[in-house]
Amino acid sequence: MVSYTLKGAGFEVLEAEDGLKALGILANHRVDLIITDINMPNMDGVTLVKRVRAGGPHVSTPILILTTESGDDRKASGKAAGATGWIVKPFAPEKLLSVVNKVCPA
Amino acid sequence: MSTPTFGSDELAQFRRTFFEECTELLADLEERLGALVVSSSDVESLNAIFRAVHSVKAGAGAFGYTVLVGFAHRFEALLDRLRDGKAELDERTLVSLVAAADVFSALVDLARQGEVPADDFGADVAEELAILLGSETAPRPAARSPGSAAEELPASKEKTYRIIFRPNAELFRRANEPLYLLRELKTLGALAVDCDLSRLPSFETFNADDSYLGWTMTLRSDCSPDAIAEVFEFVDNECVLTIAEADATEAKPDEAAPAIAASSKPTIVAPSSPSESKPAESKSAGKTGSISSIRVDLYRVDRLVNMVGELVIAQAMLAQQFIESRDHDDPAANQGFEHLAGLTRELQECVMAIRMQPVKSVFSRMPRLVRDVGHKTGKDVRLEMAGEQTEVDKTVIEELADPLTHMIRNAVDHGIEDAEVRLAAGKPAEGVIRLSAQHAGSNILIHVEDDGAGLDRDRLLAKATEKGIVSANVKLSGEEIDELIFAPGFSTAAAVTDVSGRGVGMDVVRRNVQALGGRVQVTSTAGKGTRFTLVIPLTLAVLDGMVVAVGWEKYILPLTSIVESFRPGRGQIRVIPGGGEVVSIRGEFVRLIHLARVFGVSEAVTDPCEGLVVLIELANGSKLGVVVDELIGQQQVVIKSLQDNYDPVPGISGATILGNGRVALIVDIEELTRLYDRNVRIADATTRPMAANA
Repeated sequence: MVSYTLKGAGFEVLEAEDGLKALGILANHRVDLIITDINMPNMDGVTLVKRVRAGGPHVSTPILILTTESGDDRKASGKAAGATGWIVKPFAPEKLLSVVNKVCPA
Repeated sequence: MSTPTFGSDELAQFRRTFFEECTELLADLEERLGALVVSSSDVESLNAIFRAVHSVKAGAGAFGYTVLVGFAHRFEALLDRLRDGKAELDERTLVSLVAAADVFSALVDLARQGEVPADDFGADVAEELAILLGSETAPRPAARSPGSAAEELPASKEKTYRIIFRPNAELFRRANEPLYLLRELKTLGALAVDCDLSRLPSFETFNADDSYLGWTMTLRSDCSPDAIAEVFEFVDNECVLTIAEADATEAKPDEAAPAIAASSKPTIVAPSSPSESKPAESKSAGKTGSISSIRVDLYRVDRLVNMVGELVIAQAMLAQQFIESRDHDDPAANQGFEHLAGLTRELQECVMAIRMQPVKSVFSRMPRLVRDVGHKTGKDVRLEMAGEQTEVDKTVIEELADPLTHMIRNAVDHGIEDAEVRLAAGKPAEGVIRLSAQHAGSNILIHVEDDGAGLDRDRLLAKATEKGIVSANVKLSGEEIDELIFAPGFSTAAAVTDVSGRGVGMDVVRRNVQALGGRVQVTSTAGKGTRFTLVIPLTLAVLDGMVVAVGWEKYILPLTSIVESFRPGRGQIRVIPGGGEVVSIRGEFVRLIHLARVFGVSEAVTDPCEGLVVLIELANGSKLGVVVDELIGQQQVVIKSLQDNYDPVPGISGATILGNGRVALIVDIEELTRLYDRNVRIADATTRPMAANA
């Protein structure tokens, strides 16, 4: 749904199944924004954020994490790892776009 | 009138803060009002007065002080018309404004004391305001219904927010971009942005990964504060963020628009409708607007001052012990001690500076006083002030208000003559009172000078004799007669006027000033005027002193009064007939005073040629040579009041603890001559002067 909404808004979207794959994509592409879930196989979102922030071309690329309403500690751990912001699930497409707009205006 | 019955600590705290602010606002109001001149169009002052009234009104509304709100409203309305140029600032209006300020301030006082003003409180003034406001504002009772404030709220819910956003240096680490946030904020309403560059470092130390900028924004929007907070949601922990509702500007787009368009200074110039904000909010709005100052409990500052004082003593003791130890030539340790001494001193200066404030806060009350008293006595008096920015300890400032008020009132009432008398004496009809402040060493000098008739010595003497203050057969010098006005129970005004002469006299002034460790002097020239000089220490806590040894005792002389010290040759000393010695220095004869004899110290050097003469300059410019055994060294000392811990001792202004833990007394040099004369006289009566210490 994230992908669908963003594409609809005119973004070009690259998708990965988990953190590791995402790192692979990032190694070969320059992106303007990273959106990641927290719970993912192989490499979770927080680790992904840490890895991205550790160095490389995306060290200062905005990263949004997807969390659930109850995930205040998730927000905090994502934030501590270096995430720029978060989107609370479930969300309306407009909400997603407004949050994206806040860290990475189209 | 009913006050809310929350009773919670928080509310009490809000209320306290409100009244604290009222005090400041009223002082400001008073000052601005004093600066207003008939038929001028000093919009800035009018605006400032309006703001002060308005701010008080906003808070008063929140606490339910309806009478105050009602009066403030009327007051405000007149000010509004004046600054809009719809009414002219003529003599009558000015008088009314002054009267209104009085009623206003009295209402605040009543509210502070939790008293409900009578219904007709200040009714005459309120009526006068109403008349000045013209027919369209029919006179209404001063006490208006509590609901009346609400009905004036603009229909539009648009509010003005003041947002202060100061990101931490690490903001960029998480790829947050302030620019986007500001853009986002802009979608909420009309936004004025002011960028704070003050944290920008020099180019050499600039780190491109760090965030240095800050922003202060004014947003006019109908959104809730939460909506604004949400914009900053992601940077919440990475910045200092204040969102406060500023005074909502009434639906006056023509006025509000330019303020916002002028994006460099997002200050709403003239809020002109009651604010909805709670006192807590209005407080932050008022205070965070200029984060250049914070409000600190005086107790905390005093504690800090005290602690630093102790630290200074501890440091001095440590240094002393080090010097006496066998490691004293270790260069590294020496350097360390020097560094520590420097830092301690700097710390102390910083701490003392916290307590320093310009005397302006007291001076600013005086123009009003002069005008009032001049009005009452029918005299034309002008006040000239200088040195308002001179800084002095806050305690000193507070204690200055009463003596100054008294002296200025006296100057207008008794000092300045009636216009006819002045004209007859060839002086301009308008009397002039000069109030000035300046630093002189570690003292502040305050002069109150008038160009009136001067002190009438014959009358002073006659009165003093009549009151039994002096006996009839005593011969007094002119200066001594002038000094009589400081005698307790002395009042020279032939008739007790409404203005001054109510039994509280210059003796109270002198007492107040002495309590501050200062003194007051008077000089007067018949026909030319009178000049009072207050000499008051800048701070009551520290002193730069010279430690001198006299016999086994150590005394401290204030360093700032010391001109030089030298060992005189035989030829320099002259004994003058009638007792007493002088020392000749560069063609000038200076009186010698043996500190040992003043304080009755035995085993001290009696021959000035074997000891040292410390040349000191007194406040009146005269010099004295103080004979001591030797100089120990200069030191900044923390003054411990003798008065608080023991009893006042003549000739001693305080005590301090030296590096070795011993107590040393601080000499009150101004008292030396008097004490010396007395002691020597006593000694003379019994034996020869030189034998007194043998």
